[in-house]
Parts: sequence; structure tokens; C-alpha cells
Amino acid sequence: MVVVLGVESTAHTFGVGIVSDEPKILADARFSYVPERGGIHPREAADRFVRNASRVLREALDQAGLAVESVDAVAVALGPGMGPCLRVGATVARALASYYGKPLVPVNHAVAHVEIGRMLTGAADPLVVYISGGNTAIVAKHGSRYRVFGETLDVALGNFMDTLVRELGLAPPYVVSGVHALDRCAEGGRFIELPYVVKGQDTSYSGLLTAALRAYRSGARVEDVCFSAREIAYSSLVEVAERGLAQLGKTEVLLVGGVAASRHLVEKFEALAEYRGLKLHVVPPKYAVDNGVMIAWTGLLLFKHGVTVEPEKAAVRQRWRLDSVDVYW
Amino acid sequence: MSTSIGRVERVVYLGAEALVAEGEFLGYRAVFKLRVGKPYRIPELDREIVKRRTVHEARTLEALREKGVSVPRLLFVDPLAGLIVMEKVEGVVLRDVLERLDREEACRSMVSLGEEVGKMHKHGVAHGDVTTTNAILRPDGTVCLLDLGLSKRVEDIEDVAVDVHLLVRVLESSHHSVKEEMLRCFLEGYRRVLEEDRVREVMKKVSEIRMRGRYVEERRLGRIA
Repeated sequence: MVVVLGVESTAHTFGVGIVSDEPKILADARFSYVPERGGIHPREAADRFVRNASRVLREALDQAGLAVESVDAVAVALGPGMGPCLRVGATVARALASYYGKPLVPVNHAVAHVEIGRMLTGAADPLVVYISGGNTAIVAKHGSRYRVFGETLDVALGNFMDTLVRELGLAPPYVVSGVHALDRCAEGGRFIELPYVVKGQDTSYSGLLTAALRAYRSGARVEDVCFSAREIAYSSLVEVAERGLAQLGKTEVLLVGGVAASRHLVEKFEALAEYRGLKLHVVPPKYAVDNGVMIAWTGLLLFKHGVTVEPEKAAVRQRWRLDSVDVYW
Repeated sequence: MSTSIGRVERVVYLGAEALVAEGEFLGYRAVFKLRVGKPYRIPELDREIVKRRTVHEARTLEALREKGVSVPRLLFVDPLAGLIVMEKVEGVVLRDVLERLDREEACRSMVSLGEEVGKMHKHGVAHGDVTTTNAILRPDGTVCLLDLGLSKRVEDIEDVAVDVHLLVRVLESSHHSVKEEMLRCFLEGYRRVLEEDRVREVMKKVSEIRMRGRYVEERRLGRIA
């Protein structure tokens, strides 16, 4: 049995997960930084990670009933993400690997979102819709890599949603009981016209954001602004996913990343799946958001294919694209 | 059936944008493109998008044909129904054959694609969805552009650069093994139509668009792959 410990710290969550190749999740410990106002302040987040890292690591080892000595490898998300945050996880992982003499496995955070989704849902060869605060991409495996078939030309979907509700004075907190403030605010809204942008296989949300805020400032009802902005943002995403499906002839869709927890978005994808006769897989909400388990699991896959890195060469990569990573499985 | 003006014979495929069928119309071999409503869009939004794109595509087809761009001949349009009937273009979808053609033929087809996209841009229209799926390779080796539903009048160099950017991405994702050479061939055709200065401006904008994307390594390194 191979056991891998994974460290995640790309944005707001410092997480440590431990998995075995059965596959089985042996531990899942997390600390999440919630800003009191505004968005994530990277240095503040990193500072909180530093103060909570050893506690989270201890908690994960306790859950698994293991000592660091008995894991086979240490995996770490080296990117993409926010520099100060990434460096905390990298420091912890490099230290563990050096001190205990364990192989260190470099993991791309985006690939990890896809792999944990595939493992938990059993999706075989899906078109992957990866939607989170920092990412909006339509991805599928082609040859030995995941390739990007569509993405946002500017801000990510989650970032668009967060910024809109923040500017409307409705957040933070952005997500309460698993429901985003935008979904909450959209209730009872009516449709008003806002720009719907699809450029080929790509979406774009910056113009929609500006137009939505302008509509609000010119007197539109807040619920109408939320409702319409959400409808347009979600629909254009489903449309580019549909374009990718048509282009690639895939019959499975997998939703991963934090925004995959949005019930309303999942409903839209359910409608697409029924209409096109697809199988829809959605990563469970608990693993839709950032966590250490996905890093451990992807690290395990990489480790089994001999991918490791010397600790002194394990530098963080803030803009590490998922389509530059070789996947051997 | 001698009194009918046309008939649908078979559904070709359910694309992302529309249901596409083949048949006959006014004596022509015809393609029927029906934009169907999407169950994932609310009706108000859906109706507007279907109508807008249908009208727009029909107008653009006519305008471009007049300018000598290789696009299908428009035969009929019904905006509220989301229906466009156009002449069927004989040939094969470029995506399906690009990697099977010998290198010279493949390059020639990309040169032709570059010329047609260049002509569109010269006449102030951006295609909006330049892919190898939206290009038919005719038996004579020239390319005909399809799917103008996302096209738009060029207001800014950004609009034409997005076309080139989209093509680059399709080459990267669907034709990875030949992407550099095919891009070079495409640009060769593109340059035949547009002034060198303009091409340079466009390509500069293309790099800029790529660097604006999320997590672009070149942004740090200051170069484009």
C-alpha cells in the first residue's frame, strides 16, 4: 500500500490530506482563512497559515493514526495560486521531505481539482468544467495532457461573483451554509438586459460586472441585477461547455472547483445533460473547495509514475498552467 | 413532392449552436440551420439570443459574400423561428482531415483559411468563432467559412485579434502535433490580404490577450510561446 500526504495552500485554505492507493482518504484537515472585509489579502492569509500549519498537520496525522515516518511521499501544491500563500505550503512540505527523507512530489493545483473529481465520481473521460474563485476553464484530456478548450478571457467566474456581491454591499461573507451571496440575492429577481458575452469557446465576465454595477447605480433593483447577472454568467458558461462537448464529442461532463457547489449552476448543467444525453458528474461539495486530499491523491498518482522533485528545486509557480503538466494515467 | 419549395432529408448533427440538417431548397442542395432554444437558459434570454444571432448571421453572410469572402450562399431566413437555409458547400470539415493531409496540402488549406479570415478582417468583420470545425475544405483546396453567428463588426483591433487567438488555441488543443507549422501557414495566407503593419499590430494584440489570461507563464517571462 502506498500512502501519500498532501499539502494545499494556494489561496484561502491551508489543508493537509492523507490518502492511500486503495483508494482511501485517511485524513482531511483544513484551516480556512475568511477575510473580515474585502477579498483575500495574500500576506494576511499566509500569516494565518503559518500560525495554523502545525496544528493542521498534527490533526491530519492523528486522523490517519500515522506518523510522518510511515508515509511514502509528501506532495505539495506548488501552483497556481497566490505567492505568499503557496510559500507556506511549500516550506512545510520541503521541511517534511528533507527532515524525514521522503520523496517530494510537485502537484499542480488545477490538475488536482480534476483528479479528485475523477476519483470520487468515477468519470472516465469527461469534459471538465473547472470553476472556482481563480479559475474558469473547459478542459479535457488530449494525448498526455489536459488541454484548455475554453476559458475566461478576463476574470474567473467565482471572482466575478465575489466582486459583484462585494460591490453591491452584500458580502463578505461570500458563502453562507453552502449558498453564495449571489444565489441568495437573486431570489425573486426579474430579468433585465445585461451583456451576454461568448467569444468562440471563451467567456468574459468583466463587461458583465461593469454593466451590472452600472445598472444597480442607475436604480435597478438589487435582486434583478443579481438574478440577471447570474443567469447570464452561468448560461454563458454552460454554452461554452456545450461548444466544447460538440467539438470533442464527449459524453461525460465533470464539474470541479468551488463554484461547482452552486446548486443553481448544477441545475443548468443537469438541463444540458438531459438535453444532450450526457452523464453529468459533480464533485461532492466538500471536495469542490480547496483541500489537502486532492493534492495527496494527485501526488499519489504522480509518485506512482516516478514524478518527484528535489526539495531545493521545489519553487512555487504562481501561474503554473494545468496544460503544461504531463499526466501519465 | 413536386410543388414543395424544399425538403429536409436528414439531420446532420446537433451542434452546440444549432440543429443542422441537409436537404433541398429552391432546387439547391441546402443546409438548414435551426437554432433551438436551450433548456439551461431562461426563456427571455434565450429568445433574444436566438433571434439576434439568426438575424445577424444572415446579414453577415450576405454582406461577406458581396465582398468576395468565401461563405455559403444564403437562401432563406426566419429570425423568430431561428431558421437559416443556405446552400450546401461541398467538401470536408477541416478539423477532420487536417492531420491526415500531407503537409503541403494541410499548409495550403491553412493558407486559404488565413486568406478568408484576412478578407473578413479587411472588410471590418470579426468571425468570432474561428476553428477548424467551422471551415470546409473544398475539393479544389480552398476553404469556406461557416458559422457566422458570433461574428461582429470590428470596433477595435481586439476583435480581430480574438479571432487569431481562438485559432491558436484550437491548434494547441486539437492539432497540437502540427500547431506551429499550421499557424505559420495560416499567417502566410493572412499576410497576403492584410498589410504587414496591420498584421504586426494584430499579433501584438494576440500576445496581449494571451497574457491577460489566467496563470500565463509568458506574462512573467515577457514572451509568447
